Amino acid sequence: MREVAVIGTGMTKWGELWDKSLRTIFVETALLALKDAGVEKIDSMYVGSMSSGLFVGQEHIASLLADYLGQAPVPSARVETACASGGLAFRLGFIEIASGMSEVVLVSGIEKMTDVNGYEATYALGTAADQEYEGYHGITFPGLYALMARAHMEKYGTTREQLAMVAVKNHKNGAKNPLAQFPFEITVDAVLNSVMVADPLRILDCSPITDGAAAVILCPVEMARKMGKPVVKVTGTGHATDTIALSSRKDITWLEATYQAGKKAYEMAGKKPEEIDVLEVHDCFTIAEICVMEALGLVEKGQGGKAVEEGWTALEGKIPINTSGGLKSKGHPVGATGVAQVIEIVKQLRGESVERQVKDAKVGMTQNMGGSGGSTVVHVFEKE
Amino acid sequence: MPTPSRYWREIPQRYRFEANQCTKCQAKFFPPRLICPECKNKELEETKIEEKGKLLTYTIIRVPPHQYVDQAPFAVGIVELDDGVKLTGQIVDCDFDDLKIGMRLKLEFRKVYQEGDSGILCYGYKFVPD
Amino acid sequence: MQGIVGYGAYIPRNRIKVEEIAKVWGADAPSYKRGLMLEEKSVPSPDQDTITMSVEASKNALKRAKIDPAEIGAVYIGSESHPYAVKPSGTVLAEALGATPEAHTADFEFACKAGTEGMYVALSLVKADEIKYGLAVGADTSQGAPGDALEYSAAAGAASFIFGKENIVAKAIETYAYMTDTPDFWRREYQYYPQHGGRFTGDPAYFKHITGAAKGIMDKAGMKPADFDYVIFHQPNGKFPFRVGKMLGFQKEQIEPGWLVNLLGNTYSGSSPLGLTSTLDISKSGDMILIVSYGSGAGSDAFIFEVTDRIDEVRDLAPKTRDVLENNRNYLEYGEYAKFRHKIKKAD
Repeated sequence: MREVAVIGTGMTKWGELWDKSLRTIFVETALLALKDAGVEKIDSMYVGSMSSGLFVGQEHIASLLADYLGQAPVPSARVETACASGGLAFRLGFIEIASGMSEVVLVSGIEKMTDVNGYEATYALGTAADQEYEGYHGITFPGLYALMARAHMEKYGTTREQLAMVAVKNHKNGAKNPLAQFPFEITVDAVLNSVMVADPLRILDCSPITDGAAAVILCPVEMARKMGKPVVKVTGTGHATDTIALSSRKDITWLEATYQAGKKAYEMAGKKPEEIDVLEVHDCFTIAEICVMEALGLVEKGQGGKAVEEGWTALEGKIPINTSGGLKSKGHPVGATGVAQVIEIVKQLRGESVERQVKDAKVGMTQNMGGSGGSTVVHVFEKE
Repeated sequence: MPTPSRYWREIPQRYRFEANQCTKCQAKFFPPRLICPECKNKELEETKIEEKGKLLTYTIIRVPPHQYVDQAPFAVGIVELDDGVKLTGQIVDCDFDDLKIGMRLKLEFRKVYQEGDSGILCYGYKFVPD
Repeated sequence: MQGIVGYGAYIPRNRIKVEEIAKVWGADAPSYKRGLMLEEKSVPSPDQDTITMSVEASKNALKRAKIDPAEIGAVYIGSESHPYAVKPSGTVLAEALGATPEAHTADFEFACKAGTEGMYVALSLVKADEIKYGLAVGADTSQGAPGDALEYSAAAGAASFIFGKENIVAKAIETYAYMTDTPDFWRREYQYYPQHGGRFTGDPAYFKHITGAAKGIMDKAGMKPADFDYVIFHQPNGKFPFRVGKMLGFQKEQIEPGWLVNLLGNTYSGSSPLGLTSTLDISKSGDMILIVSYGSGAGSDAFIFEVTDRIDEVRDLAPKTRDVLENNRNYLEYGEYAKFRHKIKKAD
């Protein structure tokens, strides 16, 4: 297997991009990645998108986007594992380079979510749950994570304030990210007094509805060195599944797919949790970040809330998490999230994160999760 | 959401709680499965789930999918039935303040959803206090 | 001998008081309460309808009957609020109970007597040995136009009966039906609310048909009012059943156990059937019960039942009607009630 490097990243400002279509957002982002990598031609491309069909009524976007990027007839495939679509697209790009099938691969993620109203978006996102046995009963994604949150609070004594601190911490980081949808700080009080969405989760516990895309260019490490690029290597990858119905799990508070994907990625990279310098994890809801920390072995089971409260995960903490602002502040254009996480880690390892730079970051990790945890993709990155 | 055929297919589960059970490890499945994910046994026998259980966790949906706007706010919970099967469903006939983890609930037949003013009516189970 | 082998009731938990409705329309609540002898009525939740209440009432009936639902040969629901205009309610009920596919199903509609019509036919099929068991439900989520007198009474509830020839709880001693064409109350196709003939619904309608049916069945059976322990008449309001009872020579005490209307309202097709489940709950072996329904249009079905000693075995196997009526009540304000009953015009 060949070693794989990320040599280019592209991302534009996320938010409610009323004047931009799905294809425009994609092409702008992909051109930035190509420019950053210093390449013009690619051998193939992958696009992570959860539900272009429900959000903009457009399927078959892999070819559409290859065409508008001026890259047709290169092979192009859309990847879907709900909110983990971007992360999985990245893994497939990695495998394609590692296997020797291609030399330069573009991996992107995209979602254009604001062409439907809030209720319709809630429905579209809800299709990542078990439609016959969860969706049928009117459950939503905030609802599913609320079920996890209440169970976690009951089992481990996690507090409402600790949940709020996840959002506060991520907004503090996001305030330093000019591409974030909501680049401003919030307070615990603001979270606790925001509108209730699905008890006990309030609107400021939830990642927003966002239009946005992210793109990266992958190539063999050897080629990256020859091109004289700063080399960020992908040293570990893990992907795992779990029941998509939350009720079918033995423990509602435990993300088994994240644990399994993390285990594989750690093993492949030969790293332990304490050796990771910076992480981007899937904080679609505040409780998610807490459960992910536990499943990735960064803290003991049940200790996630306490660790956040004690500042472990802050920018200057022991394990900085979501320096980009996370899904919460940066935004969550579902399919794009997994790729944007990669971009943040690559920038951290290149030392390009400016105000939110983690000092001496050498090893980074991304964790991208679909549904209520039914799919998870984890990657480990190292600076050469 | 439910088209007639899709709705009709789930009637045995939604109306009569039909489930199945692994003949080797006795694991019970609702909805029924063709292979036991625990022991990979393909011989499963028909059974039904218990109609009573206790509440494991719950939430109150205040921002629903567009088809459920008329029902909001409504409570949804995961209930562990007395046979160990865990099930997601709405909790009705209970004031939100009275919801409590561990409370006893039973299944009741209700209209879960309707397809606009002219589409099919979709029935099924919800939980009510026992 | 054929008779009832199991019975069950279902009443929604929501209620609205007469005062709450009167307040909105500027009506004089005390006079309504006195005039109609009504205190409050049951209201269905948006997720409850004739079908869901029929299923729950019938599950209660099955608990008392203790039979294999696959042996039920007929499933009938009588209602004037079948949720579909075209598509049967009974098929859902039969499927939920596990009575499909070998069963006869029909939805009955005859204003407030559709429930007893189903009972009449199910019982007759059992008597004729066409089927082993027959199930019939009277259920309604009645609509009364906003501000109309009917709004104070139109309620929701269901009663279910399983008929057979073995393990009988109440023997069916006699049946009788009495009807004419009398347009006292109606709802035209595609109309949301019913209309009625005001005072015309009294003497030539309710009183004429109930007295006709009650006298007819007593003549047929060779019985008189004093031979009965209990009597149940259709209950469109609190006063009518007592007045018709008096006209026929019954005492207040014979009527009271099945008289639910002051707290329940008029459950239309469920009205006299719920009176019967409530009466069975407190009856003992050997008790004689007369039930006379009334449906506008107009007609009455009458039955005479004799309670057997099996009542003591089955009484506590499912919730008792008056317990359900008097416990677990949730009072609505008019706004919630209007929302629940789809009386608010919303954007498409």
